[in-house]
Amino acid sequence: MTADTVARAAATGGLAQPYAELGLTLEEYERIVGTLGRRPTAAELALYSVMWSEHCSYKSSKVHLRQLADRAPASAALLAGIGHNAGVVDIGQGYAVTFKIESHNHPSYVEPHQGAATGVGGIVRDILAMGARPVAVMDALRFGPAAAPDTARVLPGVVSGISFYGNCLGLPNIGGELDFDSCYAGNPLVNALCVGVMRHGDLQVAAASGPGNKVILFGSTTGPDGVGGASVLASAAFGGAAASGETAKRPSVQVGDPFLEKLLVECCLELFARDLVAGLQDLGAAGVACATTELAAAGTGGMRIQLDQVPLRDPSLGPPEILMSESQERMMAVVEPGRVDEFLAVCAKWDVRVAVIGEVTGTGRLVMTWHGETVVDIPPGSAADGPVYRRPWSRPAAQDMLAADDPLALPRPADGAGLRADLLALVGSPGLADKSWVTDQYDRYVRGDTVLAMPEDGGLVRVDEATGLGIALATDGNGRYCRLDPYLGTQLVLSEAYRNVAVTGARPLAVTNCLNFGSPEDPAVMWQFAEAVRGLADGCAALGVPVTGGNVSFYNQTGTVAIHPTPVIGVLGVHDDVRRRLSIGFGVPDAPLVLLGRTEPEFGGSAWAHVRHGHLGGRPPVPDLAAEQRLAALLAAAAEAGLLSAAHDLSDGGLAVALAESCLRGGTGCRVRLPGDPFTALFSESAARAIVAVRPGVAARFDELRAAHGVPGQTIGRAGGADLAVEDWFTIPLTELAAAHGGVLPALFG
Amino acid sequence: MRIGVVTFPGSLDDRDAERAIRLAGAEPVALWHADRDLRGVDAVILPGGFSYGDYLRCGAIARFAPVMSELVPAARSGLPVLGICNGFQILCEAHLLPGALTRNSGLRFVTRDLRLRVENTRTAWTAAYRGGEEIVVPLKSGEGRYAAGPGTLAELEASGQVVIRYAGSDPNGSADGIAGVCNAAGNVVGLMPHPEHAVDPLTGPSADGLRFFSSVVAGVPA
Repeated sequence: MTADTVARAAATGGLAQPYAELGLTLEEYERIVGTLGRRPTAAELALYSVMWSEHCSYKSSKVHLRQLADRAPASAALLAGIGHNAGVVDIGQGYAVTFKIESHNHPSYVEPHQGAATGVGGIVRDILAMGARPVAVMDALRFGPAAAPDTARVLPGVVSGISFYGNCLGLPNIGGELDFDSCYAGNPLVNALCVGVMRHGDLQVAAASGPGNKVILFGSTTGPDGVGGASVLASAAFGGAAASGETAKRPSVQVGDPFLEKLLVECCLELFARDLVAGLQDLGAAGVACATTELAAAGTGGMRIQLDQVPLRDPSLGPPEILMSESQERMMAVVEPGRVDEFLAVCAKWDVRVAVIGEVTGTGRLVMTWHGETVVDIPPGSAADGPVYRRPWSRPAAQDMLAADDPLALPRPADGAGLRADLLALVGSPGLADKSWVTDQYDRYVRGDTVLAMPEDGGLVRVDEATGLGIALATDGNGRYCRLDPYLGTQLVLSEAYRNVAVTGARPLAVTNCLNFGSPEDPAVMWQFAEAVRGLADGCAALGVPVTGGNVSFYNQTGTVAIHPTPVIGVLGVHDDVRRRLSIGFGVPDAPLVLLGRTEPEFGGSAWAHVRHGHLGGRPPVPDLAAEQRLAALLAAAAEAGLLSAAHDLSDGGLAVALAESCLRGGTGCRVRLPGDPFTALFSESAARAIVAVRPGVAARFDELRAAHGVPGQTIGRAGGADLAVEDWFTIPLTELAAAHGGVLPALFG
Repeated sequence: MRIGVVTFPGSLDDRDAERAIRLAGAEPVALWHADRDLRGVDAVILPGGFSYGDYLRCGAIARFAPVMSELVPAARSGLPVLGICNGFQILCEAHLLPGALTRNSGLRFVTRDLRLRVENTRTAWTAAYRGGEEIVVPLKSGEGRYAAGPGTLAELEASGQVVIRYAGSDPNGSADGIAGVCNAAGNVVGLMPHPEHAVDPLTGPSADGLRFFSSVVAGVPA
């Protein structure tokens, strides 16, 4: 095969090149020509096209995302912030934790099983690349209507993909989300989170420094899978010009091998322990192109790569395909020459394929050769720092009409039978139903450190067996709130994830985010995005928790119809002693139930309006970040003092759904008397609220603690019995509640 | 008392098995698949996971690992061996235990806390239980459906080689609700559920699984 060399490119300036098919604009193409002083070679064009894709370059989002770092609250816990593969947080006792959430939405729609599987694999390598041992995963999933035929295709495939990859990799799945809305039909959201633990000194750097050091590619072979995944799949709407032509011949969704990833994890951890790695980068979107460019740009600046040394699973691949391939389970390391033999021996022990493909130079150029001929010669910074767009945004006029459509006008249940029916309808709606059909397919036990997992509010993993130190994690999203008001909606979502961590007894420390939106080329979507990011930055500043990293997924839309803006927020907390964790389950009979927080008649974007009326309008609940902080501090103090037997946050479906879930989780009923209007008490979704079960005999002490923290609260009843009983209004036997809650997903998905 | 835990490529629950051994009062010893060496241990556990990715067939590649060439004769000579989940599959592939584990009847991976009935307390790994005792231990597998020919099943029942059975609803379509079996001598036991995940109520549904490990610790002369 003859390659398009730099010499040939210099001699054939006028040649037409397929930049548009690769997703580049004419302006972007001309910028490449300007940078190089000649037309790019085919390999260079491939490299720039994937590096400058929306997915890799964040070219539309960067101008907004900057405020997450610039306005992040000062945090002594932050060891590495935004811009790394994943942020790193100090949790004390010499431990550091790294976590991140990432989308794999588009691949999961095209090929649900492999798309979701490789989403897990990709985020796990991000965590590994920081030097940490991955210890748990979570997933936040959103699909079209539960009964839609395409959901029956996509959902089981996505779940089986996560199950297949995560279980075989040996990582417990400790929670996440599952929701349904017609806005996600054709645009499912598959967001995967991974968390890893390391000792402080183990942090790895993603930089190629030290001329003479060797560049090593290890893990899987490189094949044609995923060529153009970043530029074609994730960076434009489907059905455009990019889907035709050469790239359409290749499968753009990668194929995962979790067994190989398990070996890669153990191999890397042994390489770290032996201090054999001077620089490290995982291969994800844009594969070898991204890893070499970013390592070089962050290091000494120069690198020489022999592309013909890359181990291939398809010998017909040439330089452009090798650079763009997104074959999974690969890592790239920078290794001192004297340590290479030991590096190769560790790889051999774990049966991991390895090849020395180049070395670090001091030239400031990223040079790649193919059988002796130069096919790439670029300044790596020009590819790593892509274009930055300040895309126009404007608040759509229809937003006012949406806000004016107040749910207070919707007909409400007038008697006990009506309230009862609404409660059963909510717990039996697909988004709020028992999720065991999904979560039973995931291993939550492996590694033996899982203290809390689904259906708890947050996942909780033990880090140190001797001291009980642990980490809590929760992810939350709410497209309805964010559709009504992306600024407030994002703060509500952040609040909920923060609260979900707090109800386990942990102290929230840091935030990751996966921002799922429609096309950035639509000013209305761009407005949603700008508002969401501003809301997140303000919310994090108010709560005192920094964003440590995240991911943006644009182009989640079909035609001109975008999904609801759906930022999914992950919050990490530290638990000083996991033996004092709080479960949501009412397990202790006679425990007084205390409703914490203030309840207002807030139904905009509520589960009640959605499930009972298919209604979305009005204003979302008003977030109260100061109240969230006080509530979280109270929960941590009460857990530490051992005053509570259960705690559950109030969110979708309000007190009604929270009581039902706590009764079912603990196998114990409750008897409550509702304060004020029963409908508002049951179904309002006011923020900064939780229901707690106080240990019998310590009610006075808890009340004192509650008052000292400035958290409003009232005792509304007691746990016990075999019914969910609301005095004066209705009683539901737990057996009936369980049937309404548990049968929904099995009936839909078999 | 030293109990070996074999790590194959793709073993996942090896450190959990080691923790259970420590909690039972013994010393865990890491054994490596590529070494023809049992390091003088008093018993061996083949842990759960996906050895060699479960490619070809669960356990089918692991049975040819170098460590197995030492383990198989030792097991035939009476060394206590416990295979959990993938370890059970490997023991069947190695013909140390009868039958086979096949795809769950529901065709999906199943993680569930299950009630189990201990049917045979005369094995090296179940002596600390009462006959007929019910315990709660998690199951987590995609290919956990126990299958054997009618003759083998009848023989297993007649000789008391069914060690544990699913006591509640059947999670995977196993023949006669069989969740674990032993060899005729009772020193080799295979379990589909994971007792190493039920050693502490903090991290599991119960501590009911711990006695599988304390059984062997009590039974082996120090």
